[in-house]
Amino acid sequence: MIAAVDATAAQSGLYPGMPVAQGQALVPDLTVMEARPEEDAAALRRLAGWCLRYAPLTAAAPPDGVWIDVTGSAHLQGGETKLLRDLVSRLLVQGFAAHAAVADTPGAAHAMARFGAREIVVLPCGGQNAALARLPLAALRLPDATLDGLRLMGIEQIGALAALPRAPLVRRFGALVTTRLDQAFGRASEAIEPEFPPELIQARLTFVEPLLTAEAFATVIDRLIMTVCSVMERSGTGARRLDLLFERVDGTTQAIRIGTARASRDTRHLARLLKERIERIDPGLGVEAMRLVVPRADPLVPVQAAARLTAMDVEEPDIAPLVDRLANRLGPERVYRAAPVESDVPERSVRHVQAQEKAVGTWPADLPRPVRLLDPPQPVEAMALLPDHPPMAFTWRRVRHRVRRADGPERIAGEWWKRNGETRSVRDYFRVEDEAGHRYWLFRRGDGENGISGDMRWFLHGFF
Amino acid sequence: MFLSAARTETLARLRDQIARIGHGGAPRSPGAIPFGIHALDHALSSGGLLMGCLHEVAGAGPDTEHGAAAALFLAGILARVEGSVLWIQQRPDLFAPGLVCAGLHPGRLVFAEAGKEVLAAMEEGLAHPGLAAVVGEFSDRLSLVASRRLQLGAEKSGVMAALLRRSRVFNDPELAAPSAAVTRWRIAAFPSNPPLPHAPSVPGLGRALWRLELTHCRGGEPGSWIVEACDATGRLALVADLAHGSAEETGRAA
Repeated sequence: MIAAVDATAAQSGLYPGMPVAQGQALVPDLTVMEARPEEDAAALRRLAGWCLRYAPLTAAAPPDGVWIDVTGSAHLQGGETKLLRDLVSRLLVQGFAAHAAVADTPGAAHAMARFGAREIVVLPCGGQNAALARLPLAALRLPDATLDGLRLMGIEQIGALAALPRAPLVRRFGALVTTRLDQAFGRASEAIEPEFPPELIQARLTFVEPLLTAEAFATVIDRLIMTVCSVMERSGTGARRLDLLFERVDGTTQAIRIGTARASRDTRHLARLLKERIERIDPGLGVEAMRLVVPRADPLVPVQAAARLTAMDVEEPDIAPLVDRLANRLGPERVYRAAPVESDVPERSVRHVQAQEKAVGTWPADLPRPVRLLDPPQPVEAMALLPDHPPMAFTWRRVRHRVRRADGPERIAGEWWKRNGETRSVRDYFRVEDEAGHRYWLFRRGDGENGISGDMRWFLHGFF
Repeated sequence: MFLSAARTETLARLRDQIARIGHGGAPRSPGAIPFGIHALDHALSSGGLLMGCLHEVAGAGPDTEHGAAAALFLAGILARVEGSVLWIQQRPDLFAPGLVCAGLHPGRLVFAEAGKEVLAAMEEGLAHPGLAAVVGEFSDRLSLVASRRLQLGAEKSGVMAALLRRSRVFNDPELAAPSAAVTRWRIAAFPSNPPLPHAPSVPGLGRALWRLELTHCRGGEPGSWIVEACDATGRLALVADLAHGSAEETGRAA
């Protein structure tokens, strides 16, 4: 019996469940490998451990899936879509073909990953009802016998099943049918049993009495951090990411994930980062155990203090702890430095780099640029003599500004090597000052002579 | 004011004592950033904008919303100190190449987008003595308690705190509500002079002018000045005579 086929084999007409002899008859030079379910399961668990890079709670979902609870950690990757894209592309590099989905419930994510139309599916909050209704019944994680029975009744899609009265369904097929439906639609909760590869640095404390208060959590955090940091000290590493898991009395697990911009085993710094997040935890009826895991640790090179003293220039004060705290509070993509990009188009001349990176280069100080940039530029009504005179007046937000002085034009041409549409397009920028002395950065789309260079409309792009 | 040297000295000593009492006996905060303009530095009594204090800056008129001149004013001040600056915005609309024109280069700047958490992020930054300054752009109502917290945070670490107040309403009365800031500024645009004073008909733009208004100053005297906007090193210049050329020239001649 064939257990699994790859893409090429599937194209030749092979499918799981087909007898091997029949497959060999179809494809004479078929490569057959013995299925080893135990090794597959072990590999899946390793894969689940690898997925800890994305979120603190992961678990293998045999035979072919991995659960990742991305609640509260997707922002560290720049959003759910980015996370999935990164996940699928990294898996592809490792030789796994994967589909991934994010949804409110594990059941819906399971269904969308396997039966969704695309490789990556991100269901919006509450979007599972509409999305699931059109999927086949097989998406519901039901045994084959149940599926066959339902098909005999003429039910093909989840929507049709959900519309049936529940009591007769349970009587005929057992409670699993309605449980799976409820789990998929979010009416019943489903806990993920997290797994941790034993080689990860971790510490766990169990409590005789369930804990409820933030002060108690803070005390436990201090103790866990001490344990973990002493282990890291022995191995010469520092944490880049820390997961704190709260195992609640009701069997569910809540998690806090923090990241650091640079490997650290500073107990006070790490404890503080975790404690700032305590308020996001709902202890429910109480927390009976807490676990601190270090899914990512990097070698920590001791800093040579002496070298600093001999250096002539004064060392920049280390702002990494501050960046960590801000990044954990606001999200890492919201703390950044600005770095120049070689581009004449103003809105493309700045890129964001990580706050840890030392920004190199700067913009020319003699090129007048506004301190506030409107994104996108806002259309204004302006009157100007063509082709290259500044406007005499312009109206923005229904307020008319008479131009008293002006400087320009500064012509900025489109970057045809970046976008096809910009081959001939041109912007003419003017710095203008109105009667009150306010300075504005206006541009006209087009060179004032040829229609192909732009439609001659005026825009306000910034303030000085 | 015409004070004899002895009286000026006595006054300075008394001010120093008062400052010590205000700081709970601790020595004065670590120094001030002078403007290099005698009239301004004199009005501030401390010889410049004090580090380790909260300063409030707002635009005026139509610029109250964007605070472009106010941002340049702050950038010019911070261009003349050493160290990193944390600049916190609610929504990003600052254009870093524009700050360079006032002398504040990107290598010294860390930006943060904090949404509704600007004040909390500012406090976080003020707790970090490795910074030179924390700038926060804030467009909501500022309570006296909140401004007091920022002032205390700045005092403790010696980091300068600057609040750039923005408002959708022109000359919002909220911006004049009581606050714990040590100095409060309004930066308004002012019609500039022709680029070539001897040939006023030649088109072009000269250096921008601002009306600086020091509306409140602890231990100093409020005042109002017309100045030339920051140059590429962040320096302002006083406009001595609006009719005759650049203040730098007249200053040098004097």
